[in-house]
Amino acid sequence: MLLRSSRTGSVFDQAAPNANRILRSVTVILVACGAGLLLMSFASPRAQHGDRARTRTEGLAAWQQVYSVLTSPRCINCHTATNYPQQGDDRQRHFANVERGLRGQGVPALQCVSCHQKVNADSTGAPGGHDWHLAPLSMKWQDRNDQILSSAEVCRAVTDRSKNHNLDGPGLLKHHTEEPLVLWAWHPGRRPDSSLRTVPPLTHEQFVEATRRWVEAGMPCPQAP
Amino acid sequence: MMPAIQVATGSQLSRRGFIKASALATGGLMVALYLDPPAAAQEGAPPPPRTYPPDAFVQILPDGKIVITVNRLEVGQGAQTALPMILADELDADWSQVTAQLAPAGELYKDPLIGIQMIGGSCSIPNSFQQYRELGAKTRAMLIGAAADRWGVTADQCRTKDSVVYGPGNRSARYAELTEDAVRRPAPAVVQLKSASQFRLIGKPVRRLDSRAKCDGSHKFSLDLDLPGMLIALLARPPVFGGRVRGVDDREARNVSGVRDIFEIPLVSGSAIAVVADRFWAAKQARDRMKVDWDLSGIDHPDSLQLFARYTELAKTPGNVAVRLGDEHAIDQIPASDRIQAEYEFPYLAHAPMEPINLTVRNDRDRAEAWVPSQIPTWEQAALAEVLGLKPEQVTYHVLSAGGSFGRRGTTDSHFVREAAAIAKRLPGAPVKLIYTREDDMKSGYYRPMFVHRVEVGIGPDGMPIAWKHVIVGQSFVIGTGAPQEAILVKNGVDKLATEGTDDSPYTFPNMHVSVHHPKVNVPTLSHRSVGYGHNSFVRETLLDELATRAKYDPIAYRLKLLKPDAKKFRTSLTLLDQKSGWRHRLPRNHASGIACSEYNSTCVACAVEVSIENKRPRIHRATLAVDCGLAVNPLSIENQMQGGLVFGLTQLMANGAITLKDGRVEQSNFDRYAPPYMPDAPVSIDVHIVPSAEQPTGVGEPPVPVIAPAVVNALFRLTGKRYRSLPLTTV
Amino acid sequence: METYTITVNGQTKEVTVDPGAPLLWALREELKLTGTKYGCGIGACGACTVHLGGVATRSCLVPVSMVGNRPIITIEAMAEDPVGRIVRDSWVSLDVVQCGYCQSGQIMSAVALLKSVPRPTDKNIEESMGGNLCRCGAYFRIREAIRAASRQLEGGVR
Repeated sequence: MLLRSSRTGSVFDQAAPNANRILRSVTVILVACGAGLLLMSFASPRAQHGDRARTRTEGLAAWQQVYSVLTSPRCINCHTATNYPQQGDDRQRHFANVERGLRGQGVPALQCVSCHQKVNADSTGAPGGHDWHLAPLSMKWQDRNDQILSSAEVCRAVTDRSKNHNLDGPGLLKHHTEEPLVLWAWHPGRRPDSSLRTVPPLTHEQFVEATRRWVEAGMPCPQAP
Repeated sequence: MMPAIQVATGSQLSRRGFIKASALATGGLMVALYLDPPAAAQEGAPPPPRTYPPDAFVQILPDGKIVITVNRLEVGQGAQTALPMILADELDADWSQVTAQLAPAGELYKDPLIGIQMIGGSCSIPNSFQQYRELGAKTRAMLIGAAADRWGVTADQCRTKDSVVYGPGNRSARYAELTEDAVRRPAPAVVQLKSASQFRLIGKPVRRLDSRAKCDGSHKFSLDLDLPGMLIALLARPPVFGGRVRGVDDREARNVSGVRDIFEIPLVSGSAIAVVADRFWAAKQARDRMKVDWDLSGIDHPDSLQLFARYTELAKTPGNVAVRLGDEHAIDQIPASDRIQAEYEFPYLAHAPMEPINLTVRNDRDRAEAWVPSQIPTWEQAALAEVLGLKPEQVTYHVLSAGGSFGRRGTTDSHFVREAAAIAKRLPGAPVKLIYTREDDMKSGYYRPMFVHRVEVGIGPDGMPIAWKHVIVGQSFVIGTGAPQEAILVKNGVDKLATEGTDDSPYTFPNMHVSVHHPKVNVPTLSHRSVGYGHNSFVRETLLDELATRAKYDPIAYRLKLLKPDAKKFRTSLTLLDQKSGWRHRLPRNHASGIACSEYNSTCVACAVEVSIENKRPRIHRATLAVDCGLAVNPLSIENQMQGGLVFGLTQLMANGAITLKDGRVEQSNFDRYAPPYMPDAPVSIDVHIVPSAEQPTGVGEPPVPVIAPAVVNALFRLTGKRYRSLPLTTV
Repeated sequence: METYTITVNGQTKEVTVDPGAPLLWALREELKLTGTKYGCGIGACGACTVHLGGVATRSCLVPVSMVGNRPIITIEAMAEDPVGRIVRDSWVSLDVVQCGYCQSGQIMSAVALLKSVPRPTDKNIEESMGGNLCRCGAYFRIREAIRAASRQLEGGVR
């Protein structure tokens, strides 16, 4: 629109001198804004598919993909609202009454690391990863009845910087790309019966990609119902 | 709990072993099973008294240590301390010098009343109390005799204290010094036993003898046994009971380093593949890599949901009559508004002792040696011998203490012994330790059967029950075993082990009709700590609570009013409970109390619990128990058994406290899905009160188990208004 | 099969096992330290609890290959440990054990708790001990024994 206005310079030329001055100022401001927006779009991470900004619709669709991973068992089992983690694809309460403890690392005689080592122990069926612990309560994605929160609720929690360790969009993307316990979800190892644990519904690459698209769209959240 | 007999060929068990049932003065019924050849005794004649030579039970070592041989498997119940206490008291031994050992399988170590070597039915103390007293007294008499001879004095001039004989004129001699002479003397036929006022140990709280070793890692359980050249065997078992091996691909398995052999063995039902290696992990790796093709045709594939549906239908029809008292149609005369109808469901329960099944056998061709945490050594030794083609006396059968049992190790078919023997048969010369992994143990069957009860109670105008009509549906593990025991326990097609708690109800019902169906199901079942009382007492005590509530009576007062005149121990335990549970009238908000009582083999326990609901589960703040077990031999041990048995009884209230089957396969394999009580589930505080009594001691291992579950759900009713009749308790 | 050098109860030991073999079985079968028990194999019961690098650890789940140079302490060493001795004495004095099979694990967990929290509240006790299974149901006495041990520790006996 701005460009079209600029091309019809004759309209400004035919206006009264004061109006011309005002119009000229407005034009300058508008052009400046437009240039600024253009600059911003160059500065943010680019998608592979074209050079356009992400629409809210695209962002929400990307979020749904992110949500599908966050709420899959390998992730959500440690993002509980209670004082216990869950286990298994059926998300049962973790056996042996293991508890969250003060810092999400268990309690003195029953810490997470009492069983979970730094890597998966496929021979015994104990999953493992660097610094195995529960996500903080601020990052719960279930309610106290172990019911998974809605897409809107999880999105709000994930984007709330007072709850998410002060992560902005790029910070979230980095978390999803690099955090060892996040990466674990795609290499979750074998169960005690030697069967492979299931992985989230997207590959890690797809998950990172969806995160990126969502962040590019400004991290839109669906409206609460 | 009276185990059924499997008659084995080529063994000491006579096919025509006969039973003499004798009524005790107290009115209870004891079964004396005599397995001598028929010619040695006549039916109706009193059996010849068995003589127990003291030197088979007591050893006094030169340094003064006294080793007492215990004729019972120690499974945690404390027989390994209580029986030595009893003997040591009569012996006037220095208790600090006493240790205990478990008797191997042997003629002399048979239960003096039941006639086979076994534990079960909480009978260690009741059946061996007199025996061990006499052994102690006889040994003392022999030591005194030796001292008296040495000093040229008479026996009644001597007295004893703390392993020393004292004679006239400051003479004294330690038992250790007198032993050599004493053992040469004949054991007296008759001895004077102490009066209760003379007891120094009996009746006192005495700590267990085996504590320290169990707290420092030095105590050896069966699984800890280590012998030179020992091999480890695991079994790949069919996924459905009775399945058979059709084929096996063991190529990968054989490549595992340490594997020695892989072969098929018969099971009691079906067959399995044994994997033998020099280490547990190698055996497990090999078994995991094996592919077995199972033939599961021609056998039933039980399904829990289908079974419950089938049982529920059966419960609507009368079965074989167990009790017929008064007018069986009286219930029909009572208006519906004065009747309670209730249906109950109880799941299969696994015993799940902490130490899974394991044992070691060495086959030396013309002899064999076995090390077994053995609940019934007599039968198991015979079974082992049978499989190896030996006579029982050619089998040296050591009994090792067990990491719990709760009945699991007391099988009628000696299945795990037969399995180990079949493996050892293929590997002569090497000790072979057969281990059940936890998964094997949990899926191996021999569960407490599932039951459905359907009860109708008709209530009179005074709020007391007039009529009780009850149908019980559940498997029998006695019917069809074809043993003399069956003749005692099974009458009119009713297995008493399924009805105890109902058929011997302590309450007065003028009209009572109890009948039973025993469906055949392809799931092996077995006695499980407190056996029939575990479910029957639950039904009875929860219905009693409903009746008391309707009649607006205090639950203890209601029971006392309804008790039969001769239900003496129920009366004493309920009365004592009432005295000790005044707290139930002063409960905080959101807390409620519940009452239940039960007997087991002549011991009565009454229980009050204080419950609130936390995180949607019952939280038991307190349990108060009163127990009447006759003379309290070791009050500390009784307290321990009461506290522990309560927790065991909570298993069937746990959200994951059920064994279920789907398409013939057991769905639970470990403590992740079959979750017994942990510390947070147990009562926070438990106080135990023993009714003072001088009567014959009765057992305590099983009596506390049935009371806790009904007491808790009776309390829950007061909090939620709901009656819980379907176990396990998945939601509150 | 591989040979690993591990430190057990202050001593350096070599064990030759399959890399995936759990520490539990290396302790029991190679080193004959049978005080640590096998109860379930999946970390659900606690009977196999040892201290690994100072952390109460379920040895049935940790392959020997993951131990590294973290020192291992088993129940057999508790007699020489000031807290372990007090706990053991407390267990004996309060007649805690029944069958005893779970008690090595219970004691190892209790010692880990008391070393970290010498004056545990009832809630601390229940949380830290809530994962140790006892089928004999000795929980009430275990609680009492930990309280008694804690009082002893408080009294300055170290």
